[in-house]
Amino acid sequence: MPYWGQFIIQALFSYCSTVAFGICINLPRRALLWCGFAGMAGWQVYWLLFNFGSGRMLANLLGALAVGICGNIMARRKKMPVIIFNIPGLVPLVPGGIAYRAIRNLVLGNLNEAARQGVSVIMIAGAIAVGFMLAQILADITRKGTITPKWVSRH
Amino acid sequence: MKAVQKNKVLETCLIAGRIMIESGSEMYRVEDLMNRIAYNAGVQRSVVFTTPTGLFIGIENQPYAQLGVISVRTINLEKVENVNTASRQFANKEISLDQLMARLKHIDHDTIHFPIWMQIVAAAIISALLMIIFSGEYDWLDILPAAVVGALGYAVFITVNRLTSIRFIGEFLSAMVIGLAAYLLTGWHLGVNIDNIIIGAVMPLVPGVAITNSIRDLLAGHLLSGMARGMEATLSAFAIGTGIALVFRFFM
Repeated sequence: MPYWGQFIIQALFSYCSTVAFGICINLPRRALLWCGFAGMAGWQVYWLLFNFGSGRMLANLLGALAVGICGNIMARRKKMPVIIFNIPGLVPLVPGGIAYRAIRNLVLGNLNEAARQGVSVIMIAGAIAVGFMLAQILADITRKGTITPKWVSRH
Repeated sequence: MKAVQKNKVLETCLIAGRIMIESGSEMYRVEDLMNRIAYNAGVQRSVVFTTPTGLFIGIENQPYAQLGVISVRTINLEKVENVNTASRQFANKEISLDQLMARLKHIDHDTIHFPIWMQIVAAAIISALLMIIFSGEYDWLDILPAAVVGALGYAVFITVNRLTSIRFIGEFLSAMVIGLAAYLLTGWHLGVNIDNIIIGAVMPLVPGVAITNSIRDLLAGHLLSGMARGMEATLSAFAIGTGIALVFRFFM
């Protein structure tokens, strides 16, 4: 399959599956078609980087960063909470396949493989979380006005 | 401000926070929203403490405090968005405190869901498409079996969760059904690669988002919430794993 064909298929499929997941978690209707773009951006960044040999961790981190940036932009545009775009957008990135293989190996008695893949799941989840944190930091830096709201009296 | 009024403010904040946590919002957003409602209602110094299983709100240096218990935790982003909108309208003085309270109760009970058939079709789409992009080998022959198995698994999941309130049994049973169905379909030569079919079909169920969110909570300093949510996600992952594992044990 030519490279551009693969690119289009990956983009289309990640968009559609993100929107479908949005239906499963009862996303607000007016956000449904937009959240797909966050998922698509995240997955495309991941897929391109992974294919260019960057390794799983960096690809996941930058993919989550892309999801977070898209989510923050759309959340500001549509005046909705960020997680409405972030949670469905994350779905193509989550390490479901590796988690499945880890548990399968655990059951079948391949403990070394299972431990390796289990650690890999935790590290990928951590990489995704760090990517989100970076996106949040970017959003905080670029926000206009004060960061500490007036109703916070302590800290 | 009278005592009755203060208690009413606290109760409104509590309902809003409870709906937010039950619907899977982040903790900092819940605390921010509760403080904001209290501030806009005239309580300048509120104290909020939230965990995934219960939440407290009080007024600093005054004998007013209320607590709420949270027993269900799902993801329902429509509710999060509606509570957010209601709070924003309250901040803009478009609705009064009584109206906000009525609005929150309405959101809690009557938020519409997508119809069941649509959710099941969506689960089929998730299974089929994620199977293709996860396997990385463009396994077109398995796209239909994965969709069927995924829809079946999700239907079982919804049904079991309606019938019983025991946690994790829905994940366990639907994973078992997914494993059996995938095994039968490959046995009848309707599917090719059983691993790919199962990976696709469990995707609507796996708590990947919950695991990531719990790590995000931990990194943001909400240790209690991160541990509780992480534990819940791990247990449901184990329930899914055990369901699939039973099938593997007996048939492979």
